Amino acid sequence: MRGVLSIAFFAALLSSQSTHAATLFVTNERDNTVTVLDSLTLNIKKIIPVGARPRGIVITPDHTEIFVCAGDDDKLDVIDTKTLTVSRSIPGVPDPELVAIDPAGLRIYAANEEDSQITVIDRASGKIVGTVAVGAEPEGLAISPDLTTVVGTSELAAMAHFIDAKTLTIETNVLVDQRPREAQFTQDGKQVWVSAEVGGTVSVIDAQTRKIIKKIGFDIPGVRAELIQPVGIVFSLDGKQAYVALSHANRIAVVDTHTLVPITYVLVGERPWHMAIDPNGTKLYVANGNTNDLTVIDLRSLRPERSVPVGHLPWGVAAMP
Amino acid sequence: MKHLRVVYLGKRYDEPPPLSLLDRSLKDKGIVGARVGAADNNLNGKFVGQETDLTEDILPADGDILAEAKKVFAAGNQLIVADLEAKDLLAVADLPEAKDAIILDIRTSDDELRQEECRANVFHLAPSYAMRADALGQFLLYKRWQRWFLIHGTQPADLEYTAAVKRAAARFGSRIVAERTYTYNARARTTDTGHQQTEQQMALLTQSVPDYDVIFVVDMDEVFGEYLLFNSFDPRPVVGTQGLIAVAWHRSFEEYAGQEMQNRFERFAHRVMTERDYEGWLALHIFGEAMLRTGATDVATLRQYVLSDEFNIAAYKGVGLSFRKWDLQLRQPILLAGPRALISIAPIEGFLHPKYLTDSLGYDEPETKCRFAH
Repeated sequence: MRGVLSIAFFAALLSSQSTHAATLFVTNERDNTVTVLDSLTLNIKKIIPVGARPRGIVITPDHTEIFVCAGDDDKLDVIDTKTLTVSRSIPGVPDPELVAIDPAGLRIYAANEEDSQITVIDRASGKIVGTVAVGAEPEGLAISPDLTTVVGTSELAAMAHFIDAKTLTIETNVLVDQRPREAQFTQDGKQVWVSAEVGGTVSVIDAQTRKIIKKIGFDIPGVRAELIQPVGIVFSLDGKQAYVALSHANRIAVVDTHTLVPITYVLVGERPWHMAIDPNGTKLYVANGNTNDLTVIDLRSLRPERSVPVGHLPWGVAAMP
Repeated sequence: MKHLRVVYLGKRYDEPPPLSLLDRSLKDKGIVGARVGAADNNLNGKFVGQETDLTEDILPADGDILAEAKKVFAAGNQLIVADLEAKDLLAVADLPEAKDAIILDIRTSDDELRQEECRANVFHLAPSYAMRADALGQFLLYKRWQRWFLIHGTQPADLEYTAAVKRAAARFGSRIVAERTYTYNARARTTDTGHQQTEQQMALLTQSVPDYDVIFVVDMDEVFGEYLLFNSFDPRPVVGTQGLIAVAWHRSFEEYAGQEMQNRFERFAHRVMTERDYEGWLALHIFGEAMLRTGATDVATLRQYVLSDEFNIAAYKGVGLSFRKWDLQLRQPILLAGPRALISIAPIEGFLHPKYLTDSLGYDEPETKCRFAH
């Protein structure tokens, strides 16, 4: 009797640890919605209507708000994570494609795809505090952990612009490969990783010297080089691995951040765009643009576990504990 | 500041007005795209101290292109965007002073210019007739619509495209079950009456033929092709130069950030971006990219770069584009567009090639008749 009890107790303990569900938010570019899912059951909890052509999505560090780019409505919609409704909108942000928030949760940065600029917004007031003119078709955005530097990529110019966050002026332009889509600082702030969709590489840039340390290439047996198109980049919580979505190659590359060499490739749905890591670090959620689904990758085994349908043309993912 | 000097050399040829009243008759196709391309180069170039200076040199239809080209080269220009028909293009390319130039041809689709009449200084941006016909040929094979009823005009360009259609039929195992020509001389674009006549003419043109799957129409000058849709004797789709068309650019195309290009162009020009505008934009983008990557503005360095394996330019087609070294044709995916929507993009899935999938379209290396004179 006691034995049975203790096993049940132990099982309950285990399950309480691993069953702590995160909430996932996925933008559906074609539907003008955000799908909300429970990370464990992968059931859809809610479908939130947002503005037209939602792509970029980011959660605030305090997990209370989610910012969504409504590209064709020239605004950001802000979802209250308690009520799961759009609680406010930030108008006057022209054609936003991708949005980022600084690690302190104070400022929002939006890439204005058709206006060759980055809009800087005070999160609390929702007021635009500045703009930065960059190259044509800006997209990727990253803010250094010490809040001093913003990196914005320009797709047509094939550059990563290093911007002083205080003065909002460009300090350095780093030429990368063609059509840079995303920029990410490593957790220690020492490197910036920039993906190049048509170039087929990820440039690892030294954040101090602003020189390219290495261009990571991807070679997948049986997959044509032209289909390997790096887009989204996410780092593991311990910083030892990077996950790079390879779009038409239908795979996520797993890269060793120490050696800067790809370790393996995980097959997902068609045209994976962006990803989010589970707050407990064990799963990666991938938005597959062409197959209208979300793939869950187990990060211990590096295997795809399940794919579930979301909306049409899923683009970005955010995860809330 | 580094300056890249590019000359847009063109001629205002007499072009027939579009047959459809929905299309505007435009006199500035090509050059407007080049202007947007130069503006894009300069927007991006200012971050790295580079500027593109675009000179527009467009002659009237009866202008002396050779005399003008000599002046252009004498002024030290070597980077040319050529909006010229085949004869003028070759005349310019064959000038001794053009020997080391880079001439980006944005106008022609003639296969001959990429075959027997190829030149080592002429790079072709627009898809050839063979690439276009192959793109449709792949699509029709994928659909199993393999019995074609070929109807073509009799102008020289019609005959060239027709030859490419026959080549495509042979390549993809399709059959031309009937071939008819059509000539029509009435060139007035608007008339108060006429649809009754058209209806009868098109029905007559398309009756008494063996059973077929599609009409493959070749009507480069837009004399009658548009009228075949819904007027054929049998209910059949129309492909070719009207109906489902094979093009490098189309207003219905939005993928791979194409929408951003369309919007940027329309904000600038207040009209739709035509295929030649896209080629004009692409020409400036190629020169700009070569300067950006090499930091050079001299023709020798730029030429070396665009012919190197590193050159793989992004131009809203999802994959990078590069030049085929055997005929200097830009390899590229080809849009298959209906009158109101994008239908597909060739190469169609399943058509393979050992090197580039896009080399399944047009003349591949083993077939080329191009021999550059050195």
